[in-house]
Amino acid sequence: MSDQNNDRKRARTESPPDSGRSSAADAFGLQRSERGPGETMVMNMGPSHPATHGVLRLILELDGEIIINAVPDIGYLHRGDEKIAENMTYTQFIPYTDRLDYLAPLANNVAYALAVERLMGIENKLTPRCRYIRVICCELARISSHLLGLGSYSLDMGAMTVFLYTFTEREKIYNLAEALTGARFTTSYTRIGGLARGLPEGWTNALAKFLNEVEVTIDDIDKLLTRNRIFVDRTRDVGVISAADAIDFGLTGANLRASGVEFDLRKARPYLVYPELEFDVPVGSTGDSYDRYLVRIEEMRQSVRILRQCLKKLPGGGLNIDDGKTVLPPKRKVQTDMEELIHQFILVTQGINVPPGEVYFGAENPKGELGFYINSKGGGVPHRLKIRSPSFVSISVLPYLLKGRLISDAIPIIGSLDFVMGECDR
Amino acid sequence: MPAEVVDVVDRGNSKMSEELKFIVFSLMKVGAVAGVMMGMIAYVVLAERRVSAFIQGRLGPNRVGPLGVLQPLADAVKAFFKEDFVPAYTRKVYFWIAPALAMLPPLMAVAVIPFGSRLGGQKMVVADLNVGILYTFSVVSLAVYSIILAGYGSNSKYPFLGSVRGSAQVISYEIAMALSVIPVFMYTGDLNLSAVIGHQTGGIWNWFVFKAPISFIIFLVASFAEANRHPFDFPETENELVAGHNTEYSSIKFAMFFMGEYGNMIAGAAIMATLFFGGWTLPVFGLDKPAETLFVGILHILIFLAKVVVFVVLAIWVRWMWPRFRFDQLMDLGWRRLIPLALANILGTALLLWALN
Repeated sequence: MSDQNNDRKRARTESPPDSGRSSAADAFGLQRSERGPGETMVMNMGPSHPATHGVLRLILELDGEIIINAVPDIGYLHRGDEKIAENMTYTQFIPYTDRLDYLAPLANNVAYALAVERLMGIENKLTPRCRYIRVICCELARISSHLLGLGSYSLDMGAMTVFLYTFTEREKIYNLAEALTGARFTTSYTRIGGLARGLPEGWTNALAKFLNEVEVTIDDIDKLLTRNRIFVDRTRDVGVISAADAIDFGLTGANLRASGVEFDLRKARPYLVYPELEFDVPVGSTGDSYDRYLVRIEEMRQSVRILRQCLKKLPGGGLNIDDGKTVLPPKRKVQTDMEELIHQFILVTQGINVPPGEVYFGAENPKGELGFYINSKGGGVPHRLKIRSPSFVSISVLPYLLKGRLISDAIPIIGSLDFVMGECDR
Repeated sequence: MPAEVVDVVDRGNSKMSEELKFIVFSLMKVGAVAGVMMGMIAYVVLAERRVSAFIQGRLGPNRVGPLGVLQPLADAVKAFFKEDFVPAYTRKVYFWIAPALAMLPPLMAVAVIPFGSRLGGQKMVVADLNVGILYTFSVVSLAVYSIILAGYGSNSKYPFLGSVRGSAQVISYEIAMALSVIPVFMYTGDLNLSAVIGHQTGGIWNWFVFKAPISFIIFLVASFAEANRHPFDFPETENELVAGHNTEYSSIKFAMFFMGEYGNMIAGAAIMATLFFGGWTLPVFGLDKPAETLFVGILHILIFLAKVVVFVVLAIWVRWMWPRFRFDQLMDLGWRRLIPLALANILGTALLLWALN
């Protein structure tokens, strides 16, 4: 009896079995260093941890506070979007793109629609008004995503006020999105060959007002962080990615540009009306966390600049392609016209008839190059759809950046890479 | 007061009555100071939430009572009624002692701080020790046990890292803190805090913040670190170590750590007000002389509390404006910047005093 009691007591007071030693950690590919037992500690960071931005799990091997090895474990948000795409029409997949980079759903909608349109060869037929509104969507999404990226970046470093400043602005973006699309978060705004609906009355004025306000907030963030000694000390020379490494890893977007590579799909492979707009591409010099922060701040300013130009140049005219085989005809015509009725019936029941072939289209999304590879065998359903996710690539850099750094450095590194798990796990 | 006590007091001069008087008044002062301290902790929490809301363009808690003034009550009730969950594998005794120890040092540290001049015949300080500041430092250094035991008792990795950080930090900054105040006592020539206040009377330039500004700056930084306040809140670091040493705690045990942090903050503010800003004095309207009347006595207490509140608000403000240091940068700041600076400060003050004499 007393033995039993003792055993129970010991079981209660002794350490739990060291999960680090078990195969659980090793199963995820953690190559443990050649140290004796008890020399290092395996720690689990995530999937539910304040700084991992969603459901990323990092398995860290620590020597004190120093990270010897790090392995990201992804897939907690895997929904099989690419397989789902094979089972529905091209239009039906648009809502799924909302849920990729859920901080910039508008930009995802545009990227996907453009990919399908390029496959169909109707990219050049888009109306000018549609193109401009799509650019507005992309840039608004970029501001929204960067605001959150910077906000959570600074939140993780302890500057909570910046986070709330950015969220105040994001709230306004959500209000704009709600007025524009009817949904705040899951916008599903684009359609193949056009848009779900036009601009509501007074929306451009609301956008102009927002641009003035967000500029003030960007300046506020700039003042709070850019020359803050603590912030600079924590981010400068932390998580340095050289230009060659960045290219080798396949980084895109702000993370690539921070390393000094001037590559922006809006300039390099222009789409929509970007060639008609004036904007600069900010480029970093060293590729550390601080540069990534600076690049994002400047990108937001450039986005504001683009949006102002769009508002000035926004042309009138039709919204959608005038082709009943691609875009749903107006309801009144469907009810009065035989041909339109047939178009409507076919589009709804079978989807848009896409010619056989394959296409890859990459758009400059807030997180980097969001690419859609679509392989079609004809008909209304893609044969295969592959999503090239910039967040997935950004996460793949983590083990190399974290090695030899402190746990505290993991925070700015994760924050500055600004990935989103919805897009990584798909 | 019971009839016998009044009787004894009235009878006057016997030794017995003197002792009894001392005990009764000391108990009253202890009760008052502890009560005010606990009340302040509760309302500093509220102030933190309201001030942070103000800084961030929010409203903060304003539902309970007018302007949310009853919020601390609601928080306390909530803390008590939450499930007190103790994970398996904890080391029970240490796990229980740690939160209790968190509250102890700040409550004990305020005992030697003169919070007013006189009220009636009584000096407004719980214990007018002649080694005042030494007592304060020795008590404040007990705070490290709470952090160590919390991390050790939790038997979990995040609390462990948090407590290792916390103990290293508290011990390092204690040195800088103790060294920083030495010039003040070189000026005063007395460790008694009442004497320090007496030395700062007669003009605002006599405040030690002007006589020994470097001391003040070092002390300010070190007191933030001692209280584990942002930007030095490393034992907690919610974005790195989840909640650091109190990750595994819940219910009122967690609240004790929370209150301990605020208690430390208030105690630090009180020490700063005493050492560098003249304590209960104001260099106007003859408010720097011990009170003759009841009104002035109460005014002195209010002046002292106002000074404490200023420093508390400063700490809150800093927390919501700045990012956090990295741990090695904190140690670097402590050992390689503050401690040499404090030593140079001592030497400079000594040379100055020698030259003046």
